[in-house]
Amino acid sequence: MQFVQNFPFMCILLTLICAVVTSVLKGRQARVLTMGLIAAVTAMTVAVLAYTLRTGESYVYMMGHFPAPWGNEIRIGVLEALMMTVFCFVMLFSFVGGLVPSIREIETTKYNIYCILADLIFLSLQALVYTNDLFTAYVFIEINTLAAAGLIMMRQKGRNLVAGVRYMIMNLVGSSLFLFGISMLYTITGHLLMVHIRESVAALAASGEYHVPLTVVVALVTVGLAVKCALYPFEKWMPGAYSNATPSVAAMLSSLVSKGYIFLLIKFYVRVIGFDVIRSLGVLDLLFIFGVLGMVMGSVHAVRARTTRMMIAYSSVAQIGYVFTALGLGSELGVVCALWHCAAHAATKSMLFVSCAEMDDACGGTHMRKDLRGAFYHSPLLALAFALGAINLTGIPLLSVFMTKVTLTQAAIGVGGRHMAIVLAAVAISTLLNAVYFLGTAVNLFVPTKPGDAVRPPTVRKNPFTAAALVGMIALNLAMGLFSQPFLTALADGLARFA
Amino acid sequence: MTKSKGVFARLNAWLDDEQSALERTMEAAQEQSAAPDLEQRSPAEIRWAQEELEEERRIEAAMAQWAEKKAAPAARRMYNALCVCMCLTMIALLLYTVTVLPAFGDPNHPINNEVSARYIEKGLQETGAVNIVTGMILDYRAFDTLGESTVLFTAAMVVLFLLRKDKESARYSQLAQAMDANPHSDTYYEPKNDIILQKTAVILVPIILILGVYVVLNGHLSPGGGFSGGAIMGAGLILYVTAFGFARMRRFFTYKTYQTVVLVALLTYALSKCYSFYTGANHIESVIPLGTPGAILSSGLILVLNICVGFIVTCTMYCFYAVFRKGEL
Repeated sequence: MQFVQNFPFMCILLTLICAVVTSVLKGRQARVLTMGLIAAVTAMTVAVLAYTLRTGESYVYMMGHFPAPWGNEIRIGVLEALMMTVFCFVMLFSFVGGLVPSIREIETTKYNIYCILADLIFLSLQALVYTNDLFTAYVFIEINTLAAAGLIMMRQKGRNLVAGVRYMIMNLVGSSLFLFGISMLYTITGHLLMVHIRESVAALAASGEYHVPLTVVVALVTVGLAVKCALYPFEKWMPGAYSNATPSVAAMLSSLVSKGYIFLLIKFYVRVIGFDVIRSLGVLDLLFIFGVLGMVMGSVHAVRARTTRMMIAYSSVAQIGYVFTALGLGSELGVVCALWHCAAHAATKSMLFVSCAEMDDACGGTHMRKDLRGAFYHSPLLALAFALGAINLTGIPLLSVFMTKVTLTQAAIGVGGRHMAIVLAAVAISTLLNAVYFLGTAVNLFVPTKPGDAVRPPTVRKNPFTAAALVGMIALNLAMGLFSQPFLTALADGLARFA
Repeated sequence: MTKSKGVFARLNAWLDDEQSALERTMEAAQEQSAAPDLEQRSPAEIRWAQEELEEERRIEAAMAQWAEKKAAPAARRMYNALCVCMCLTMIALLLYTVTVLPAFGDPNHPINNEVSARYIEKGLQETGAVNIVTGMILDYRAFDTLGESTVLFTAAMVVLFLLRKDKESARYSQLAQAMDANPHSDTYYEPKNDIILQKTAVILVPIILILGVYVVLNGHLSPGGGFSGGAIMGAGLILYVTAFGFARMRRFFTYKTYQTVVLVALLTYALSKCYSFYTGANHIESVIPLGTPGAILSSGLILVLNICVGFIVTCTMYCFYAVFRKGEL
C-alpha cells in the first residue's frame, strides 16, 4: 500500500482531532487552526485525486484490523476524490470568505464553537463521501445534522433560532426515515457494508423474495435524504435557514451539506442497491416528478423574493430540482449530470452567498434586491463575483451550469418519450425564470445610481479575506466551466468503477 | 501607528476590529458631524426599517396564532386532516412491511450469516473481550463508535453554544437577555437544601458513582460499557447537584474540568484509533497485547476506550443538565 492511500483516513481523523482541540482554544487560535486544517485536507485530497487519476482504480481502506463484512471500511476512487476536491476548495473559500462577517456576527467568547461545528460539518462530509458502510453513513448524518442546526443558530437572533428549530425537525424526520430504511435493509440482507448488501439485493431481486420491504427501503431512504436536501415539496425549512445565517454558514450549508446527502443517495442507488434494481422499482419516476416541480417552483419563488439572499436560497430549490431530475431520468448520463451539477452548484452557490452578503453591507446594510443598484462602482470585485455566479446559474455557454443543462438535455433525449418532452419544457421555463431574477439583479449592479438617489454609506470596511476568497471562487468557477469536458469524462469513468 | 508590528500582527488586529488612533478620531469626528436622526435617514433606510419591523410583527403574530390555536379556518382543518391521513398511511405501510420481514428468531433469518458467526465464534479470541457486544462496537466496528462519541461531543457543543451564559452573551442572544432580566424565573420554586433529598443523596451518590465505575471498567467482561456506565455516573452527578446545589459542585467540577476531561478522553480515543486503523489498513502487527480474557486488564485498547467513552458520556449528561437548568456549569 502506498503512503498516499492513507490520506483519506488521515484527513478524517485529523479533522476530528482538530475539532476536539478547538474546544479549548480562543477565537483567533481557533480560526487559524481551522483554516490550516482545511488547507491541509485540501492539499491531501488533491494528492489522493492525482493518485486515483493515475491508477484509475478505486481501493478499499480498512478502518481497523478486520476486513470487509466484519469491520468498517472506506473506499476511495476517482469519483470520490474528484468530488471531495471540489468540496474542499469550496469549504476553504466559504470559510475564508465569510471570516470577517462571522467574527462580527458571532458571540466572541463562543467563536471557537463556530469553528468546531465547521470542522464537524467538514468531517461528516468527508465520511459521507468516502464511507463504504451504511451505518457509518448514518452516524455521520447525525453529526452533520446537529452541527448544521448549530451553525444556523450561530447568530442567535429570533429568526435564526426559529430557522434552526425548523431545520432540526425536518432533518430529524429525514434521518429517522433513513434509519428505518437501513435497519429494514439490514434485516433482509444481513449486511451493513455496501458491497455485500449489493450481492444480497441482487439475489433477492432475482428471486423476487422480499419485494415489498425492498421497495419500502428504497422509498424510505430516498424520501429521507430528499427531505434533508430540500427537494421541492420539503423545501419549507430551507430559505429561512440559508438567508438568515452568517454568510459562510449559508455557503457551507447550501453547497456542501446538501451535496453530501445527494452523493450518499447516488452511492446508495449505484453501489448499494444497484441501478437496475432501482429502475425496476419505479422510485425514480417520483424523483423525476418532484425534481421537475422543484426546478420550476423554486424559480417562481425566487422571482417573488424581495431580498437578495432569499432569492439565492430559493434558487437552491431550483438547482436541487435539476439534480433530482437528472437522477430521476435513470440513465448513466443522468447520474453523471447529477454529480456534475452537485459540483458546479457547490462552487457557484457559495460564491453567490459570500459576495451577496458582503455587497449588502457595502450598500449600507440593505437586504433588498433593488437597493444593490450601482454596486459595481464602489465594490467591483463583489459585483463581478455575484454577476459571474448569476450568469452561470442562468446557463451561459463556457460556464459550468450551461454544461449541466446540455448534459441533462442529452440524457433526456437519450431516454426519449415523455421524459424528454417534460425535461425540455422544464429546462426552458426554468432558464427563462432564472434569467428574469438572476440577470435582472446582476444587471442592476452595473446601472449607475442617479444623482438624486440616496446612497447609503457602507456599514463595513472592505476586507482582504473576502476578496481573496472571491478571487479563488471566480477562478474555481471559470476553471470548472472551461475544463468541463475532462471533468465530465472523469466523472463518467469514476461512475463506471463506482459500483 | 507603529509599522514594526509585522504583517500578521496587523492582520490580526484588523480582524479583531482594533482601530488605529487615527481611525478612531476620524470616526468620532464623523459621528459628531452627522447625528443619526430619524429625519436625516434616507427614504430607502426608513422603508427598509419599516419592512423589517413589519416582517418581524408578521412572524410574531403567526407564532402567537400558532401557539394559541385560534379558531381554525377551513384550509387549516384540511391541512390537519391531511397530516393525520399521511401519518396513518405511513404507520400502516410500516406495520405492513414489518409483517413481511423475516420472523424474529428464525434460524434462517438473513442476519444469521458469516458476520454474526465470526463475531460469536472468534470474537473472544480476536478482541480479547468476553462481552462480545463490546468487542464488536469498540474493536470490529470502532469507527462507528468513534462517530457516536463525536455525536455526543457535537450535541454538547451546540447546547453549550446556545445556553451557556457568559459576559458576552447578552449582546448577542435574546435568550440570555431574557434570563438576565429575570434570573430566578426557572429556579424560584425549586426546593433548596431539602433535608430528605440531601440525606438520600449522601447514601446514594457514592453507590451510584461506584456502580458506574464498575460498569465502565467491566465493560469488556460483563454487560455494560462506556455508554451505560457513563450514563449511570452522569445520573449520580445530577443527583448530587440537585441535592447540594451548584456552589458545592463547582468545588470539583467547573466548565474547565468539563473541557479538560472531554478533550483528553476524545483525544485519547481518536489517537488510539489512529494507531489501530493505520496499522490495520497497512497490515502492520499491532503491539498492544490482548491479555488473558476474563482478567480486568485485558482486551487491549477496549478497556481504555471504554473509560474514554464513560468520561465523555458522564460529562455530556451532566453538562446538559447544568446548562438547561442554570445556563452555566
